[in-house]
Amino acid sequence: MLAEDLHRMAAHERAQQLQYDHHIIVCSGTACRSANSEAVRQALEQQVQERSQIGVCTVTNGGCRGLCAAGPMVSVEPAGLLYQGVTPADAGAIVDSLGSAPVPHILCDTSAAFFSKQRALVLEFAGNLDPDRIESYLANGGYDTLLKAVTEMTPTQIRDEIVRSGLRGRGGAGYSTGLKWNTVAKAQSAEKYVICNGDEGDPGAFMNRSEMEDYPFRILEGMTIAAYAVGAQQGYIYVRAEYPLAVSRLKGAIRQSEKLGLLGNGIFGTSFNFNVDIRLGAGAFVCGEETALIASVEGKRGNPRPRPPYPAEHGLWGHPTLINNVETFANIVPIIRNGSEWFAGIGTAKSKGTKVFALSGRIQNTGLVEIPMGMTLREIIYDIGGGIPGGRHFKAVQTGGPSGGCITAQHLDLPMDYEALMQVGTFMGSGGMIVMDDSSCMVDVARYFMEFCMTESCGKCIPCRVGTAQMFDLLDKITRGEATLDDLALLEELADMVRNTSLCGLGQGAPNPVRSTLRYFRDEYLSHIVDKVCPAGVCKMQHREEVLP
Amino acid sequence: MTRKKLATVWLDGCSGCHMSFLDMDERLLALADSIELVYSPLVDFKQFPERVDLTLVEGAVSSEDDLKKIRHIRQHTRVLISLGDCAVTANVPSMRNPFGVKAILDAVYQQPDLLNAQVPSEGVPSLLPVARPVHMVVPVDVYVPGCPPSADQIYFVVSELLAERQPDLRRMLRFG
Amino acid sequence: MTNRVLTLQINGQEVSGREDETILEVAREHDIHIPTLCQLEGLSSIGACRLCLVEVANVPKLLTACITPIQEGMEVHTESERLNHYRRLVIEMLFSEGNHICSVCVSNGHCELQNMAQLLGVDHVHLPYRNPQRRVDASHDRFIFDPNRCILCTRCVRVCDEVEGAHTWDLKARGIQSQVMTDLNQPWGDSTSCTSCGKCVHLCPTGALFEKGKSVAEMSKRREFLPYLTIMRGKHR
Repeated sequence: MLAEDLHRMAAHERAQQLQYDHHIIVCSGTACRSANSEAVRQALEQQVQERSQIGVCTVTNGGCRGLCAAGPMVSVEPAGLLYQGVTPADAGAIVDSLGSAPVPHILCDTSAAFFSKQRALVLEFAGNLDPDRIESYLANGGYDTLLKAVTEMTPTQIRDEIVRSGLRGRGGAGYSTGLKWNTVAKAQSAEKYVICNGDEGDPGAFMNRSEMEDYPFRILEGMTIAAYAVGAQQGYIYVRAEYPLAVSRLKGAIRQSEKLGLLGNGIFGTSFNFNVDIRLGAGAFVCGEETALIASVEGKRGNPRPRPPYPAEHGLWGHPTLINNVETFANIVPIIRNGSEWFAGIGTAKSKGTKVFALSGRIQNTGLVEIPMGMTLREIIYDIGGGIPGGRHFKAVQTGGPSGGCITAQHLDLPMDYEALMQVGTFMGSGGMIVMDDSSCMVDVARYFMEFCMTESCGKCIPCRVGTAQMFDLLDKITRGEATLDDLALLEELADMVRNTSLCGLGQGAPNPVRSTLRYFRDEYLSHIVDKVCPAGVCKMQHREEVLP
Repeated sequence: MTRKKLATVWLDGCSGCHMSFLDMDERLLALADSIELVYSPLVDFKQFPERVDLTLVEGAVSSEDDLKKIRHIRQHTRVLISLGDCAVTANVPSMRNPFGVKAILDAVYQQPDLLNAQVPSEGVPSLLPVARPVHMVVPVDVYVPGCPPSADQIYFVVSELLAERQPDLRRMLRFG
Repeated sequence: MTNRVLTLQINGQEVSGREDETILEVAREHDIHIPTLCQLEGLSSIGACRLCLVEVANVPKLLTACITPIQEGMEVHTESERLNHYRRLVIEMLFSEGNHICSVCVSNGHCELQNMAQLLGVDHVHLPYRNPQRRVDASHDRFIFDPNRCILCTRCVRVCDEVEGAHTWDLKARGIQSQVMTDLNQPWGDSTSCTSCGKCVHLCPTGALFEKGKSVAEMSKRREFLPYLTIMRGKHR
């Protein structure tokens, strides 16, 4: 495919779209699908047919609109209407209303803070793209940026743009993306690889799933630009097999891109070659750790190895390897398209751009939100998130998953950026946000995350293998009301040791929920231990006169 | 100089540590000037005294009786010494731990070829769910691992403690 | 490939080494002892036991000496109260994880775990014992595998793969449930890949792998073959 072909296809698709007066777009993300959106789409198609609207109205699949709690979501373009909680029975009314007043009882207020306070960069197009059709992506400027990158820019220029943009890894640690690209680019090797880390495994995190489901072409385009910028010829997308929809969308996207020559040899008539394959993860959380992920791609047991050397120098099969998170790759196209200055203008001094968060737990608007870096937690929870349901009180929010920590009410006005989160003892993580209200017991929360780390530890290094099990036993003992203050001291001793001596991020981060809850909710631990009372009433205490040793 | 009150206790162990204690031979006579053996399986005192300076504990805490004893002893002892692997690690008595009390008792007392298969319940203390090292039950001041610790090591520990010094046993002793 | 010689400090002592050497290798060349359990010269290093963690000036994290290459001007400290505390905890974790009964073990007196506990001054284990139930595999004609004594150093896995080339041993499950296994979790005696060479048995640091017929304290291991084989195969370093 050459530039002319790209433009011709995009123009053709746009012209096709203009032939219709109305477009009904049904969310086909995993959340809406589980709320029966497939049946809604079929009902809509049938109603369009029955009401002789074929040729006037299209019904297509779209992406996630974020408000997962209110699914299935249906939008009508170009009217710009959004419906929530749609059932197949509403289909007739929606089709009848086309061109006239919207259906009131399912109409979603798009002027609400949930929508108006967000800033869509990664989640551009607000779910209106059909993730199964490359034409839909092309019609909206898809692959224009790759064209610009490989025909007008040198790899160095691209890397400079990424460095200047201030983009930091969206997997959690926040390492400078530009710096990483430069390291891989400078490494001397005939073979280099680009890997997209889609092994999202944190409890309560579903950002990457949605990004892969809705924007598979955008991710491929970002990876291809990255490959050009660092000199790689082969890419892998590592996706967990528990995301079947993401896998099938990515497979479809790769196939369609290959067919059009947007992947393969001589992309846009240049000498640049790039191929992408998918590797499925078999459900091990630790495979999200980059060295374990690389071992898994190589076909070995997914165990991590100590760094240095980093994958940028010694990665897949010993070759320099660029490994970035899904969301990092999703940020590449807007940066190259709009320029680094534009991107650097969003966010805070050291954290640029936006971040996608998955809101879950005790919050009104469960779903996916994208906010500019630096927004306060209060705005996220109360404005965008709609606050805590059931008249309960906000207690804490867990970020960074099982390796993160909690942020309490005293830090509600904390600006969300990498540094600020580190200061209060947690970290950005990949974007999971689990909101807890006063009905949650923080010791129980710590116990839950420790159990997760214990079962997900690969077992290679001793501190993580034994330490997480010992810490889990102690936390379990505390929640049973059988622990002593000595047990608490031992828990803290182990938390320090496991954090400082474990081989990889899983073990190093495993004590974080314990450390964080101890920092802010030590009194809850003491209630369990000294008074044998769970203040939130979650833990079932053993009422024994004397606990046997 | 007043003689220090020394006690030795035998919980769930094979008495090997006590044999090793006796192996101090003539050094026992030397110690005799500075100690008074106030309670021990080697002597015939029935009551653990109110106030004991040093207590050497052999054996793991395996039964209700062990538990009662060691708690009482801890309250009346200034310096408690875990003597030998059973006291320090629960050692051989702990080999039943993975299987649980019932499985062990059944395996021993409920074999089909036994004439009178029954688990003894009269006059014997019931077993705790797991055999534990002494320090998991009460605080311990000095650890002397070994199966058994040698007479030299026991002599060193006792003489250091009699001199009011914390014996530095590191690198001198090992498990097993 | 040329190898530059770098200079660095270990415990304040000026030392030098080739740039492809690890901190551990350079330390050993200069008779500076760093404790290890999983590492063995002649096998690949995996950095699993964490005993060889050292402090390096201006590096916030502790580094794994067996796998970290030296750097010019590096200031390494191999001993500190903090490191010793962590190392003792590692040993305690191993004792608490399995069922290590030294007094009845074939390797009593010849055991690297036992020796390391002595060296590091571990005189008791203050972590609760986990008392796992693990089955012994005595199906092989000549050898026995007792997972109760296994510390998962994976020397057996590595020597079988890297030296013998049979790859009979590998790992199964994960986390605290991890165990080494033969073939695809089949009894060792039924293994079709095992050559019965016994290398795994003799590299095993504890009594987890031993020869049949050996009683308490009778199983001393002979490791001389490994440096011999690696030198003869020209793969030394």
